[in-house]
Amino acid sequence: MSVDREDIEKLGELARIDISDENAKSSVKSINDVLALVEQLQAADTANIEPLANPLEARQRLRPDEVSETNRREEFQAIAPATEEGLYLVPKVIE
Amino acid sequence: MHNLTLAELSAGLDAGQFSSVEVTQHFLARIKRLDGNYNSFITVTEERALAQASKADKQRSADADSVSALCGVPIAHKDIFCTAGVRTSCGSKMLDNFVPPYDATVVENLAAAGVVVLGKTNMDEFAMGSSNETSYYGPVKNPWHSDCVPGGSSGGSAAAVAARLTPAATATDTGGSIRQPAALCGITGLKPTYGRVSRWGMIAFASSLDQGGPMARTAEDLALMLNHMASFDTKDSTSSEQSVPDYCAGLSQDISGMTIGVPEEYFGEGLNPVTEQAVNAALAELEKQGAKLKAISLPHSHLSVPAYYVIAPAEASANLSRFDGSRYGYRCENPVDLRDMYMRSRSEGFGDEVKRRILVGAYCLSAGYYDAYYNKAMQIRRLIKEDFVSAFRDVDMIAGPTCPNPAFEFGAKGDDPVAMYLEDIYTIATNLAGLPGMSLPCGLVDDKPVGLQLIGNYFDEGRMLNVAHRYQQASDWHSRCAPGID
Amino acid sequence: MTWETVIGLEVHTQLATKTKIFSGASTAFGAEPNTQACAIDLAMPGTLPVLNAEAVRMAVMFGVAIDAEIGLISAFERKNYFYPDLPKGYQTTQLEKPIVLEGKVDIQLDDGRTKTVRIHHAHLEEDAGKSLHEDFHGMSGIDLNRAGTPLIEIVSEPDMSSPEEAVAFAKKLHALVVSIGICDGEMAQGSMRFDVNVSVRKKGEALGTRTETKNLNSFRFMERAIEQEVERQIDLLEDGGSVVQETRLYDGDTHTARSMRSKEEANDYRYFPCPDLLPVEIDQAYVDAVRASLPELPEARRARFVESYGLSAYDAGVLSDEPATATYFEAVAGQCGDAKLAANWVMGELAARLNSEDQLIQHCPVSAEQLAALIARIVDKTISNKMAREVFSAMWAGEGEPDTIIEARGLKQVSDSGAIEGMVDEVIANSSKQVENYRQADESKRPKMLGYFVGQIMKASKGQANPQQVNEVLLQKLNALL
Repeated sequence: MSVDREDIEKLGELARIDISDENAKSSVKSINDVLALVEQLQAADTANIEPLANPLEARQRLRPDEVSETNRREEFQAIAPATEEGLYLVPKVIE
Repeated sequence: MHNLTLAELSAGLDAGQFSSVEVTQHFLARIKRLDGNYNSFITVTEERALAQASKADKQRSADADSVSALCGVPIAHKDIFCTAGVRTSCGSKMLDNFVPPYDATVVENLAAAGVVVLGKTNMDEFAMGSSNETSYYGPVKNPWHSDCVPGGSSGGSAAAVAARLTPAATATDTGGSIRQPAALCGITGLKPTYGRVSRWGMIAFASSLDQGGPMARTAEDLALMLNHMASFDTKDSTSSEQSVPDYCAGLSQDISGMTIGVPEEYFGEGLNPVTEQAVNAALAELEKQGAKLKAISLPHSHLSVPAYYVIAPAEASANLSRFDGSRYGYRCENPVDLRDMYMRSRSEGFGDEVKRRILVGAYCLSAGYYDAYYNKAMQIRRLIKEDFVSAFRDVDMIAGPTCPNPAFEFGAKGDDPVAMYLEDIYTIATNLAGLPGMSLPCGLVDDKPVGLQLIGNYFDEGRMLNVAHRYQQASDWHSRCAPGID
Repeated sequence: MTWETVIGLEVHTQLATKTKIFSGASTAFGAEPNTQACAIDLAMPGTLPVLNAEAVRMAVMFGVAIDAEIGLISAFERKNYFYPDLPKGYQTTQLEKPIVLEGKVDIQLDDGRTKTVRIHHAHLEEDAGKSLHEDFHGMSGIDLNRAGTPLIEIVSEPDMSSPEEAVAFAKKLHALVVSIGICDGEMAQGSMRFDVNVSVRKKGEALGTRTETKNLNSFRFMERAIEQEVERQIDLLEDGGSVVQETRLYDGDTHTARSMRSKEEANDYRYFPCPDLLPVEIDQAYVDAVRASLPELPEARRARFVESYGLSAYDAGVLSDEPATATYFEAVAGQCGDAKLAANWVMGELAARLNSEDQLIQHCPVSAEQLAALIARIVDKTISNKMAREVFSAMWAGEGEPDTIIEARGLKQVSDSGAIEGMVDEVIANSSKQVENYRQADESKRPKMLGYFVGQIMKASKGQANPQQVNEVLLQKLNALL
């Protein structure tokens, strides 16, 4: 499996990474190198093997439904790029 | 003073030979004087360190019996652990201005033990790299060879310990990021069992693989550190509920009769002969102490790197989506619209390796490829785990090289990400399986350190530290000092 | 040409937990922006989710209430997309292994038939924050208080074939989740939101292309949106065009929907198992315990109301759907001793008043005890129905207990037959002309002529004579004069 410039641009759109002209070529090459490495997986026989998502195969612990957090808006927003009236500001959202 | 181990510093503080403030001042002065050569720190927290030191001195004088062994001992944190009020960059421009309002559990645990934090160490950006060349703050230099890499991603922690700028440091390991730099810098490092050390406040690279652990010069020091780093943490759903033993208790136990498996796959093509020689000599020493060596096979080893480079980028691609310029971290100048803010903030804030992995991860998860890549890699992951599970039916521990080669020169693998990835060929499998692994110095080749890797069974860190400590009682590789370091 | 409509619903239901699904931040509605968004909700680096036990219990509760199979092992996945109200850049949700599997909900149609709507599954997930589009110098404001509020998304099969059925299903679900206490049901606050999938086809043909209309948070909007969409699709097809598979957004202000994005340019969500959360495992004993704790469901309650209060099926349905109404009615009926009268009052005077003042029964100024006491005065003939309405108004206005009001306004009905006879005799004696007219009149005209006498008697009694008794006595006495 390999990708071309157009594929990389599509991925860039999904992942919100700008694939600019200067480095698009090297991106395509290095990503194809990685995909070639990854391609080795295809040779392995994995029929009937259950995927392993988490190494310990433990089960989820549940948290009691008790409020443990207090309002720390001021601290959190002190490190934000832009806020006003307690809101985070971002360029206009157009749906 | 900087040549003393953590344990020796602790004993000295206990005996009143020096104060924590004196020790802290000594290390801060060394960092100031020498770190220009290594670039191992991103942030030095002098004022805080001195305040912590004087508090520790007061605690020791008030109640010497109840303080922890680490009270007043200086350490450094990898800049991936969130520290309240202290910039936590993760080696990235993205977080260059990020001052978290909370502590990582590891930071909190060590603070409760009374450690003094000298600063935050350099690292590959978002822990993605094996050479420390991807850091936004510039590469770290290997104290043994200034034109060589220190390894990565915990290169700053490794170099700082090797250059005696701190007696110990915290680090993280997703595919070898503790063990490989420990090997390349000639120090001792431990990646615990997945779930042993809380991941809360540790900036995520690949959540199912990431694990925090200590780096120091000796196994004994690692035991002291791990005693406080390890905990059950309700804030981390993947944290283990197993109680934390005293890792110092069994350090000196006899290892005779122990069976150590030597995987044939770790000694094949690709292993540098000089590394092989040093590792074999170390295995012989363990044998001399009564351990039995047993040849074993981990038949799916060759698939660990390909599986890892699906799973880790896939998880990373989602973990790093939160860095979008909205709530913290870098936002590009004058975005024209929302898309522009996302695109430019992320493209300007992340370096090339991070972007590459995000794109690879997005690819492996995208429609039509999930089964062929991600699902397949997760199946391989089970096969790799089962290799180990079946090996541990016959052996108590596994030993081999930490990495195929000693430290390489800067730029040596610059254009070739795959060549870089293959440096982690012996360390990655343990992360996929969630097993503990450690690296300890076992030789020098042209003044470049070589690391012996120990892989233990789940939650068997105590026994690994025991074997490493016994080895270090009989060898002096761990106390060798890089040239030019007094 | 006859067209068939095929409708399926996805219902986002906020669970009534105290805290978020993955953090200990409060879910209370209406707080100042971002004051209930903790480090986890803000997706601060290094933060991790831990699952709320109550969210799991409530989801299972829903599952047992619709008689669904429960996913004893369920798992969370990440759904990746960028949006400012989604701080992590992914939504944590369930895809492959939801906690509630196939179930069913019966709805009552207007013609009295019952229809079963199959539930495909219901899964746990987190809600997003809110984008506020007021202009902040050309920017949008983001409030993440709602981010991380637990939801179950209930996905129906496309079993509904008219807007009315869809609304009946939505109302049924609403009554159900409120009855079992897993959702506050406050539609205006977004506690329940509907996405509708609509397609049309000619009778007997294969399913048509469907569209999804999002963001419907009232039954009325939903009904209108479906009607409009069905019409739009039929118009398109009859004009020789085709329906494009797309997501449409309904605007409650303009009552129109517009296309958001078509499926071709749709996001590739790159779902994968969330590595920060482990599979959730529950056992049969847990499910059984939740089942045992299930409160009475609206259906069972309706049957019981017919059975034990002798109500009509219709009345029982109206009174049993909403738990608050049911509880109120039962309290009134139990205390006043006349269930039918209680039902009439709760469905009549009370419902009308609540409706006209846009008030929920939970916040009704007249308590069930007060209304029961009032009805008891009708039953014991102290006051007439008409008087009771006046007293009810006074109670609503906060004038106190019914007896106090009756006393204060001198509203006691005179039922003493001696007194009433006296009044009737007096009026007859003073109305010789009218009595004469009555006698002369044709029998069929006489009943109409009674009004005058009754009016005089009521005037004499200051409105307090028991009208029924007055009628009886009057008729008896006048007829005696014939």
